[in-house]
Amino acid sequence: MASYSPAITPALYQDGKSDMSPLNIKKGSSSHSAYDLRDYHEQGTERHTLALIVDNEAGVLARVIGLFSGRGYNIESLTVAEIDHTGHRSRITVVTTGTPSVIEQIKAQLGGVVPVHDVHDLTTEGVAVERELALFRVVGKGDVRVEALRLADIFRAQVVDSTLDSFVFEVTGTSHKIDAFADLMRPLGLEELARTGVVALARGEIDAESGLV
Amino acid sequence: MEQEQMTGASMVVQALQDQGVDVVFGYPGGAVLPIYDEVFQQNRIRHVLVRHEQGAVHAAEGYARSTGRPGVVLVTSGPGATNAVTGLTDALMDSVPIVLLSGQVPTFMIGNDAFQEADTVGITRPCTKHNWLVKETDRLASTIHEAFHVAMSGRPGPVLVDIPKDVQFASGTYIGPDAAQTGHYAPKVKGDIEVITSLAEAIESTKRPIFYTGGGVINSGDRACELLRRLVDKTGFPVTSTLMGLGAYPANGKNWLGMLGMHGLYEANLAMHDCDLMINVGARFDDRITGRVQDFSPDSVKAHVDIDPSSINKVIHVELPIIGDVAHVLEDLLKVWKSRGAKTDAPAVKEWWDQINEWRKVDCLKFEQTGSTIRPQHAIQRLEALTKDHPDRYICTEVGQHQMWAAQYMGMNDPKRWMTSGGLGTMGYGFPSSIGVQMAHPDALVINVAGEASWLMNMQEMGTAVQYRLPVKQFILNNERLGMVRQWQELLHGERYSHSWSEALPDFVKLADAFGAKGILIDNAADLDDGIKEMLAYDGPVVVDCVVEKHENCFPMIPSGEPHNKMLLGENADTGNAIKEGGAVLV
Repeated sequence: MASYSPAITPALYQDGKSDMSPLNIKKGSSSHSAYDLRDYHEQGTERHTLALIVDNEAGVLARVIGLFSGRGYNIESLTVAEIDHTGHRSRITVVTTGTPSVIEQIKAQLGGVVPVHDVHDLTTEGVAVERELALFRVVGKGDVRVEALRLADIFRAQVVDSTLDSFVFEVTGTSHKIDAFADLMRPLGLEELARTGVVALARGEIDAESGLV
Repeated sequence: MEQEQMTGASMVVQALQDQGVDVVFGYPGGAVLPIYDEVFQQNRIRHVLVRHEQGAVHAAEGYARSTGRPGVVLVTSGPGATNAVTGLTDALMDSVPIVLLSGQVPTFMIGNDAFQEADTVGITRPCTKHNWLVKETDRLASTIHEAFHVAMSGRPGPVLVDIPKDVQFASGTYIGPDAAQTGHYAPKVKGDIEVITSLAEAIESTKRPIFYTGGGVINSGDRACELLRRLVDKTGFPVTSTLMGLGAYPANGKNWLGMLGMHGLYEANLAMHDCDLMINVGARFDDRITGRVQDFSPDSVKAHVDIDPSSINKVIHVELPIIGDVAHVLEDLLKVWKSRGAKTDAPAVKEWWDQINEWRKVDCLKFEQTGSTIRPQHAIQRLEALTKDHPDRYICTEVGQHQMWAAQYMGMNDPKRWMTSGGLGTMGYGFPSSIGVQMAHPDALVINVAGEASWLMNMQEMGTAVQYRLPVKQFILNNERLGMVRQWQELLHGERYSHSWSEALPDFVKLADAFGAKGILIDNAADLDDGIKEMLAYDGPVVVDCVVEKHENCFPMIPSGEPHNKMLLGENADTGNAIKEGGAVLV
């Protein structure tokens, strides 16, 4: 096997300017968006909330989910419903986790799905509000029942159904708030829990360009 | 004609005609009989009856890649559609525009496990760009037109339209391609001019540049290939290409380094490793190209021109991402670079070429042909020598060692002349593909360079070749082995050759004869040229059984998990410990 001997000494990294190449392009740099200024090689995972505007046609949800499972991406939460009944558009909100490069890949892959009109990363495109709705059935009598009701009040939960020995509470808030409420209800007779998954919306004025409905 | 009542089945034929389709590759069955009835009653579209639906898709791929037009396939429901899945996946990986129309059980029976029912759109969702189940005849025409639009727009790829039998029988309103809504799908073709300008600046100051081109240049069209050639010649920079991009820059061009990658040329891979500016045009940093990602071209600034945003930064981070169509981007790049004075650092680039020419002296493809046993490289080299001056030559390949040798030893001087399965690596691709190429170019010389194992995977298409009198030349390098599997078992698995040979190969000459084709046996180096000439002289399908050395390995080779500058060269390479732990898990 012939050995490899570079006759030209690599000039890079030898002029003291460690990450500038002779081409005056910063190694590891990329295009213009502020998002890209973060360290691309960062290996820590991030949680991102994505909003997709899609044609509400047969199989569109399967296409989106299939892309996540087929390429090994995570889904933490997923909600979908038609938001424009005349234009047949649905909004899919996906909460996902991954390294910055994986998140970029997910957005690019989603953008290539034919019935997907827009992909918005609410985590990076300014400030967004996130809400989740959950229903809790809590069964108990006596003190625990009173305590459950008292805590529900603190969490601004609505009582949407009641029997003599049970409540169904409705809580709306961040996923974190719902987790916290569930933790409190567990010792107080929490029997069943249903969550919608996150829906999210950007704050402030809507950019006409963005196409967000 | 724009608005007319007709049955769904006639709509299919009408829509194909309006899309300019002249050939359809297909196989009939219960759920497409109404469409076949319409095909019977017209003569503007030729139908080629294949012998297996996988063959139909590969034939359509050969047609598409050799013409630049979409390949069209017609199959029945259930097994017809599932047999097509490998072809669709192949087309998706290699960005080949395919429109596949499949029959489906009638809408009222969908979900009932009806005879020959399969969830075709479900099964093919991950292996198409997009697919549709058409439930109303009124939507059929516009869906077919949209399917052609999606297949051809942006990064091309396969699409599927699933048509239930009752939709084919029912009547509806036909609309032509111009009136059809083709949806919002319209990928961006113009690149960001700011980044293009940065690339022009980098071209001015680079000392060790390289163009790394791929199939995207060919998919972009003849204009893109022209612009690439102009840019390479004007800058004087070296150019290498992936397997899929061969022919975009001519192999006889003066700046050509040869193919790069796992079995690419020494000089091409070392130039990739040592460059300071890598200009990737229409390639995707595939793992066959990069080797160990962490050590991939460590000192270079990289530009990446790709029409698919998801290709950018997927594998390799680039400093200059340019999302757009190759032809548009190269046009803008040339304009900007010229307006700035068309400068390069010529003395430095000259020094770079001196280095490359040093690497070339290694002569990484050299081999010696001695004795009567034919070495496969020699067979390919002679095939090249005897056919390279043919004015209209197309080369297809199967998958394996022969494919790499063909890529190394055969020179493609024009785009769309080289049909091979790159991304998916589909054994059985080459023969049906050559049928598709020959259908599109009836008077051309179409050669399928094959291995006996790959070729047997779709050998039933002999029937097709003979029926349509397609003079495809099947040049089989017969080593009675799965050569590439055998090579990896030698390198990686202690020479335990588990199931990598066949003990019951057919007599290929008799096999050809049985189908009504011509068979030629070449088993002696002295007879090689005469055998090839006999193949070329015969006007009809030919199968050449070229018996070659059984234990030949394909070099040069970057062992899996190694960087570009750790290549194995030639026969004296120390292959014992070539692949280390870590590399072994890679394919």
